[in-house]
Amino acid sequence: MKARHKRFGFIVLGLAILAVAATLVLKALEGNLSYFFSPTEVTEGKAPADHVFRLGGMVEEGSVQRARGDLTVNFVVTDHHKTIKVAYSGILPDLFEEGQGVIAQGRLGPDGTFVAEEVLAKHDENYMPPEVAHAMKAGEQARMQGTLAEQKL
Amino acid sequence: MQHRLLNWFRYSSPATFYPLAGRIAQVSWLVAIVLIGVGLYMSFFVAPTDYKQGDGYRIIFVHVPASWMSMFLYLVMAGWSAIGLVFNTRLSHMMSQALAPTGAMFAFVSLWTGAFWGKPMWGTWWVWDARITSELILLFLYLGYMALLGAIDDRRRADRAGAILLLVGVINIPIIYFSVKWWNTLHQGATVKMSGETSMDETMLWTMLIMSVGFWAYSIATAMMRVRSIMLEREHDTQWVRNLIGAKA
Repeated sequence: MKARHKRFGFIVLGLAILAVAATLVLKALEGNLSYFFSPTEVTEGKAPADHVFRLGGMVEEGSVQRARGDLTVNFVVTDHHKTIKVAYSGILPDLFEEGQGVIAQGRLGPDGTFVAEEVLAKHDENYMPPEVAHAMKAGEQARMQGTLAEQKL
Repeated sequence: MQHRLLNWFRYSSPATFYPLAGRIAQVSWLVAIVLIGVGLYMSFFVAPTDYKQGDGYRIIFVHVPASWMSMFLYLVMAGWSAIGLVFNTRLSHMMSQALAPTGAMFAFVSLWTGAFWGKPMWGTWWVWDARITSELILLFLYLGYMALLGAIDDRRRADRAGAILLLVGVINIPIIYFSVKWWNTLHQGATVKMSGETSMDETMLWTMLIMSVGFWAYSIATAMMRVRSIMLEREHDTQWVRNLIGAKA
């Protein structure tokens, strides 16, 4: 065994040990590295009840209600499984929209409403021109109507 | 056998690599200027507006290639360091050293453009989510590596210490890459996936790829220029450097 084979062995061994250590650490940290809790996790009681945490999900279609005269907004965050009501007073980011991803930071009120101090928009990884988005939406609707028509038949 | 070995290691000697590095740098500069020029033109004038983010998304054409390069250059540096440790080749460590400032710059550009993009779209300059935090650690690894090399006077010791730091830090790269998959993050998932379809318009994708290749060429060009200076500096009392200077004078 030459000296350089030995050194190569040491490097491989070192990296392997490091990888195992990192995997164990990340496994141990698991949930703590997540930036937010989903509505399902919140209803299951996984989120801290007594201090600030972040709630993430989609703004439910048709759920946004703006108060007249001030910046108060009420909306519902959903993960298509469970929902949480959110109350927020402040300026919303431009991308905030119904059906869009959102992350709210705040705490759970006694009545189960999440009182947010900060609301961030979370967008997805899809990028396309507006015409394409429009065409895809139209296609989706046509497909839905098609299946509906089939069901009626 | 002897002959093959000679060929294989021919350019691992600074004296033979010095002129080659100069030629590679020249060609790379040319490629970089052309591709980044074309890429920027396409970024601003050819790529279509995004359906959701409007024109603000165009920062992606700098942000994503810079982030890719920051991760890739680190892997290259770690690779050179491993080779340097195993074969005791001087030039491998010089390559790591030469790449470091460019890698650090790309990590910084990635974070900076990310902040500029995050403010209008997400509503915040900065959050401590897994993706963004691990990229910040990458920047610190680059800076730490450069500081470590500068802090040790004995070149051989400095090289070995730096190489070990780089190899230990390599664990951060998969964490950055997969962070958006493993944990809930504010940062969205990967648009260009290693497997599966790319969720991006074709013109946008081409623009991003052209910028990426341009950044590659830029990285090669700066690394080659830097490695030439490092070679002269480290080998200033050798015969080939004296010959070189003598030939110029």
